Amino acid sequence: MEIYATLIAILESSIRLCVPLVFACLAGLWSEKSGVVDIGLEGKMLVAAFASAAAAGATNSAVIGLCAGIIAAIAFALIHGFAAISQRGNQIVSGVAINMLAAGLTALVGNAWYAQGGRTTPLEGDARFLPLIWPGAEVIDHIPIIGPIYAHLISGHSALAYWALAATIASGFVLRHTRFGLRIRAVGENPAAVDTAGVSVAALRYSAVIIAGALCGFAGSYLALGQAAGFLTNMTAGKGFIALAALIFAKWRAWPALWTCFLFGLLDAVAIRLQGVMVPGIGQIPVQAIQALPYLMTVILLAGFIGKAIPPKASGLPYVKER
Amino acid sequence: MSAPLEIPKWADVSLVPILAVIVAFLIAGLVVLGIGESPVKATVLLVNGALGSGEGIGYTLYYATNFIFTGLAVAIAFHAGLFNIGGEGQATMGGLGVALVCLKIDFLPWYFVLPLAILGAMAMGALWAFIPGYLQVKRGSHVVITTIMFNFLAATLVVYLLVNVIGKPGSMSPETRVFATSAHLPYLHEAFAFFGIKIPKSPLNLSFILALLASAFVWILVWHTRLGYAIRTVGHSPTAATYAGISIGRITMITMAMSGAFAGMLAVNEILGVQGRLLLEFSSGYGFIGIAVALMGRAHPVGIILASILFGMLYQGGTELSFEMPRVTRDMIVAISGLVILFAGALDGLIRRPVAGVFARLLKSGA
Repeated sequence: MEIYATLIAILESSIRLCVPLVFACLAGLWSEKSGVVDIGLEGKMLVAAFASAAAAGATNSAVIGLCAGIIAAIAFALIHGFAAISQRGNQIVSGVAINMLAAGLTALVGNAWYAQGGRTTPLEGDARFLPLIWPGAEVIDHIPIIGPIYAHLISGHSALAYWALAATIASGFVLRHTRFGLRIRAVGENPAAVDTAGVSVAALRYSAVIIAGALCGFAGSYLALGQAAGFLTNMTAGKGFIALAALIFAKWRAWPALWTCFLFGLLDAVAIRLQGVMVPGIGQIPVQAIQALPYLMTVILLAGFIGKAIPPKASGLPYVKER
Repeated sequence: MSAPLEIPKWADVSLVPILAVIVAFLIAGLVVLGIGESPVKATVLLVNGALGSGEGIGYTLYYATNFIFTGLAVAIAFHAGLFNIGGEGQATMGGLGVALVCLKIDFLPWYFVLPLAILGAMAMGALWAFIPGYLQVKRGSHVVITTIMFNFLAATLVVYLLVNVIGKPGSMSPETRVFATSAHLPYLHEAFAFFGIKIPKSPLNLSFILALLASAFVWILVWHTRLGYAIRTVGHSPTAATYAGISIGRITMITMAMSGAFAGMLAVNEILGVQGRLLLEFSSGYGFIGIAVALMGRAHPVGIILASILFGMLYQGGTELSFEMPRVTRDMIVAISGLVILFAGALDGLIRRPVAGVFARLLKSGA
């Protein structure tokens, strides 16, 4: 029974840890499906985390915080969009710039405004997205086997966690089954064909980049308002890159993105659990080995040793209209 | 968008990057103003901190040494049309190379230890960039993504090794024991003192000379050798390279390995020159700022040295500045690097186009 409780606890924290990854991964999905490579997920999450913490702290409202986070991330997304789409600049260079700008600005402004070594004032109550307890969770919790599943895996997460699921469903549906989604995918595969059909390549790519910004806004806000209680310097700590790895691992598809992020969240949860624990028969498993797995798996996958990950054909290439 | 982009070469290599930096600084100035400090006063403090004393200049050049190495690493890859964002990881592995050599043989005299330690740094850095290069050539995975992943892999690998394998026994902090004195690259003030010349104390060490030599090496290699010609051909036109019988795969792997070796040399400055032991996160973002340096220096060694000195000034001056104005922390420099990368790299056209316009008008009125 104790093993079961541990399992539930690990799965519960996996869900918590995978929420920001899911949002960021979907952000990357939208951007890259439209042909704009985005290695600036990390930076956009970071500005969103900062803006949401600052706004939520000032207004004592998590919703206003979320809105501020989304706006900040979209602003950074538009810088990337302007460089990548209008200026036809190098998208990798632009992404690196976004990440550095975000890391520098959030730490600098955070330190100047709050004078607490880069962290914002701790948030509590309405300023945070607290876990939602579903009806009857506490009673049902006592039912063996099924109870904990309901109480800890289905119930008990921040509202944004459910939004992550909704965003996956919506992204998967829109990209696959709507005209807009078809066009987004087309513009990432063959922009010239879309252009010939009389649809604006730039408008489609800008909308995808803005959607990506909004999703990064959710990811960052979740970090600052859901998982933690405020902003910490560099609190994304590489999550944007794990999301990028998950995106590749999911081969640029929405549902596999969700599962991959959950898997990476699970690895993270297990790594935290196993810190300093002796596993019978094996001894101590180095935490770093588990932490390295998402990156290692992505490298192996990209190298084509397990299946093949093929990005959208036109991703990374600026579109030049023929004259 | 058919604006003429014909710019005289001198303007392209000097005016455009300088304008990009000026724009970056103006925006940074607005940020300083926004957090309630005077940008003018901040600039004075910064320049004074960087160049106002012998010690300050020493620190500036010490930081510049790091930027020269990472800048060269990014630049040589640029010449082959490759983007190596793995400088951080390669530098980290370079540190591991130094540590492995020093921990094994630092009982030997310095003329064995130092060359081998430097080679260790270069070899491990080269390996960490060669693998992504190899994977791109043989397995078709793009170096950009692979080098990003390799940054994290290097970080976790070094944490593991420091905690479990090569860390100092009985120590709580993840670092190796201090190397013997035979594994210490002399400070420049020590080297000068040997010849009876007194210069102010600073962490500036002989790595700075190595960095200048490396720059000269890159200049000769890229513009005056057969290999350099091949590298530039691959970078400019892979089709032409194939037609000329140049193996793109071979050049890709060689260039990546060289790029990684330069990044690995950051460890020579930091570990062999200053720290005297391997510790975590000594690369602290230098790898990424190398991208700014390479873009600003237009991938030319002279430009890279100048850009590195500028960033060295920002680092050193920024440290001094944060003592005087605690609200302006050194994170400012990271933000400025981001802006430089943006304006000298991705938004390059924003500056180039007006400059081209001005020159077109000048030429017209001249004719």
